[in-house]
Amino acid sequence: MKIGGYLCTGCGIGDRLDTKSLETVAVREGRIGFCKTHDFLCSQAGVDMINADLAAEGDDKVTKLVIMACSRRAKTEAFNFGAVPTARVNLREGVIWIRPEGSEHEETTQEMAADYIRMGCAEVKAMHQADASGEQGKNNHIMIVGGGVTGMTAALEASKAGYYASIIEKSDRLGGVMGQLHKRHPLRSPYQHPQDTGVAAMIAAVEADDKITVYLNSKVASTSGAPGRFNVTIASSVGAGTQAEFGAIVQATGFTPYDANNLPEFSYGKSANVVTQLELEAMAQAAGDGAIKRADGKEVKNVVFVQCAGQRSEKEGHLSWCSGHCCSTSVKQAMYFKDSNPEIETTILFDDLRTPGAGGENFYRSAQDKMVTFRKGKVSTVEAAGSDLKVNFKDLILNEDTHMEADLVVLATGMMPNAGVNIDAPKDDAANGEVKVPVESILNLQYRQGPDVPQLVNGFADSHFICFPYETRRTGIYTAGPVRRPMDGGQAQTDAMGAVMKAIQAIENSAIGRAAHPRSGDLSFPSFRKEGCTQCKRCTVECPFGAINEDEKGYPQYNEARCRRCGTCMGACPVQVISFKNYSIETVGAQLKAVEVPDEYSEKPRILVLACENDAYPALDMAAMKRNESSAFIRVIPVRCLGSTNTIWIKDALGSGYDGVVMMGCKKGVDYQCHFVKGSEMAHVRMAKIGDTLSTMNLESERVAVHEVAITDIDRAPKLLDEMVEVINRVGMSPFKF
Amino acid sequence: MSTAVNQAMVEKYKGNFLKEVTENVEEGNWVKMCMQCGVCSGSCPLGPHWDHPPQEIFMMIRANKREEVLSSTSMWMCTSCYNCIARCPRGLPITHIMHGLAHYSKRIGLKPKNQPTEKFGQMFWDNLTKKGRVNELKLGLGLYFKDGFAEGVKVAMSKQKLGMNMMKAKRMSPMEMLGGHGVSDLAGFHAMLKKAEELEAARVGENTDKK
Ligand code: SF4
Ligand code: SF4
Ligand code: SF4
Repeated sequence: MKIGGYLCTGCGIGDRLDTKSLETVAVREGRIGFCKTHDFLCSQAGVDMINADLAAEGDDKVTKLVIMACSRRAKTEAFNFGAVPTARVNLREGVIWIRPEGSEHEETTQEMAADYIRMGCAEVKAMHQADASGEQGKNNHIMIVGGGVTGMTAALEASKAGYYASIIEKSDRLGGVMGQLHKRHPLRSPYQHPQDTGVAAMIAAVEADDKITVYLNSKVASTSGAPGRFNVTIASSVGAGTQAEFGAIVQATGFTPYDANNLPEFSYGKSANVVTQLELEAMAQAAGDGAIKRADGKEVKNVVFVQCAGQRSEKEGHLSWCSGHCCSTSVKQAMYFKDSNPEIETTILFDDLRTPGAGGENFYRSAQDKMVTFRKGKVSTVEAAGSDLKVNFKDLILNEDTHMEADLVVLATGMMPNAGVNIDAPKDDAANGEVKVPVESILNLQYRQGPDVPQLVNGFADSHFICFPYETRRTGIYTAGPVRRPMDGGQAQTDAMGAVMKAIQAIENSAIGRAAHPRSGDLSFPSFRKEGCTQCKRCTVECPFGAINEDEKGYPQYNEARCRRCGTCMGACPVQVISFKNYSIETVGAQLKAVEVPDEYSEKPRILVLACENDAYPALDMAAMKRNESSAFIRVIPVRCLGSTNTIWIKDALGSGYDGVVMMGCKKGVDYQCHFVKGSEMAHVRMAKIGDTLSTMNLESERVAVHEVAITDIDRAPKLLDEMVEVINRVGMSPFKF
Repeated sequence: MSTAVNQAMVEKYKGNFLKEVTENVEEGNWVKMCMQCGVCSGSCPLGPHWDHPPQEIFMMIRANKREEVLSSTSMWMCTSCYNCIARCPRGLPITHIMHGLAHYSKRIGLKPKNQPTEKFGQMFWDNLTKKGRVNELKLGLGLYFKDGFAEGVKVAMSKQKLGMNMMKAKRMSPMEMLGGHGVSDLAGFHAMLKKAEELEAARVGENTDKK
């Protein structure tokens, strides 16, 4: 094993630092094989020099690298040496760009650079070449749960891309809700008229496709394994079950219409002439393109649509969210009437009219053009007087309470996701005597963390609507359509395409043992030293992705392909037995111990900064690009996720004389920004307990700070470091220096 | 005559005022396209002084508030500044609709009483149609005295200097008091107006006859 050091003197590094002495630090103190300098290391000539050493034979062969140049986030292409363990020493953004010039600063700036070189050398020694586990091979088959338009689109898209798909549908037919509609919203310009649903043609295409298998009357009785090797039991309500292996899963289980019986104020149930949108679809289908008739056979002449019925309301039993499709659906349904007979009065009473999607606005306009009346009004009650109805509402533009007559009222009720069991729900519901209808699981995951994918808000199954659409917190399982967030059919089909792309990516990645984003391509995976493990289960509980099961003896069981490589398990382990080949308690521990800590009277404190590599570290880099000055006493170590921070690092740092520790992770909570969803939150919980450690050491609690930092906090991040410098000035140097 | 037309319209449209506006008011077919965003009302420099700013007028039309809209003074207050047209995201020609509504209300006899804009408009029209040219002296004096003799003398005195200057600059002639100038083919001009009136009456008649 030979470690090669490469010190770049370009970008001003050579002008600002004494590189001769840094070379000596690398070789003498860092104890690496050699240290070469180059005045333009990222140039072809510089990279060729490194590659030549990697390709050398015998004793000259270099197997690990220390690149002493710019930030690890810069020049990633040039300095990509595959799986070769590489430490990047950040002398540019980390040192010269944040330190002022001038002789009075030279000493501390040089010390900073030397420390970072010692740290890089120590880190690389603790790193090992990462290899894939080979836990699973390639399985080209995608399981799609749900046979509505979302599921069918997903299956057809998978087939088109050359993969196989199996659709598991619990009812006896394909088509889902779209199959019950008379017509659908227009999907193409000019977006003016309702169009055929196309469901029949889609079912035919699915049935004709020899890459697609359909299981009707079927449910998923059990799902175990990981991406690339999901093992599924498919139970059938009419025949024998089946066992099958899949590479990835798309969950397209759609929604259940809200029960309008919860809305007695609108006379639903009292009058047969108050119907839901879905019921109107059936009436329209029965009428074909002729006159739509009520239950009593009378032709409808005056219809009123009540938007947001039991939706966007905080009232008990109502849905607080907007279901996204209902305004366009009422627009479409009003056209059913107007297109058959323009003399029919159609009024849409809305609070906010929302027609999302490219064609939404045009469709709305087209309805206005067809003389559908839109009134901004909030309906309070619908009274049934004989067979006619009186709709009482407040006109929100004219600000008056008023009413309208109608012979049919259509309620725009919302959608509730079919997401299965809420695995994060508090378990003590039974205790307070409430009888809850048990929710049936959809995937029946044989995961320690629960049978279904975690829910985000309001029971919708997703992990982040904006940053990671389709991605659940179970790698290899993707949600699409209204189970993920409220949406219309067109959006659900777009969703299906996205989710299938993700599923294919999971199949390809897991086949070669590669991580999904944000550590895409990472071949390392966590493993644990069984002898040391106390079976405390912290790792299995804290893993945000449910990657770890438990064996019969209570030891963790890792599933490489389910893992996203965040290191939260490593941070959680109280006995520090979890590690990655290229990232471990040692790789960080060795770095923080490699820093030279001057004595108490030197007036040179040392502050350890553990910064999330996804947000906080780039924010500091960008602050450096703006030449934002920072203290010469900080030593920054990037971490995969703040969740990977093990308290042992904090204890070690404080015990070896650091004066302060600053931790920077992403925003946690419901509107989190953490790339690993829960990592930052877990770290915050863990660090809340660090106070005990500090008080047993007799240290001030302010010496440790945990912050939420976003990638945009370019001005704020360095200020947080200045704050710690002030704290140290105030409380004094640590007494633990040797 | 106007009340008869009004009666005919009421019967023809039976409570569907939006349709009545669509078919009879100049640019009225645009009213249904309003999406109630309120940008027009917010942009109108006079909106705060109107009983019903444009957005509200459009909503009232859909809410079948026929009498209230047609007898309102609001649309008579429009100064044709075109702010609303420039800003309406739906492209409604709001200014024109305001004038269309005002004109329609006058035609069917529902115009508000003693509305100064309406009075001035009529005065201007009568003045213009007489000779085919506006007689500024008569129009100005007519305007001064519209609220009675005493008020007229007061206003005329206060504008005395302006009048003298206009005469000096030859922008106005006292001789206009005696007949005044006009178009060369006065008979032809009057025939033209008569024809236009006939066409308009026929159009309205057609709309009210056909039920
Ligand atoms: S906590 Fe992170 S690194 Fe550990 S198993 Fe789970 S996903 Fe993998
Ligand atoms: S700006 Fe246009 S769309 Fe908006 S309220 Fe006024 S007329 Fe209607
Ligand atoms: S044109 Fe008339 S209605 Fe439009 S903003 Fe100006 S005054 Fe108001």
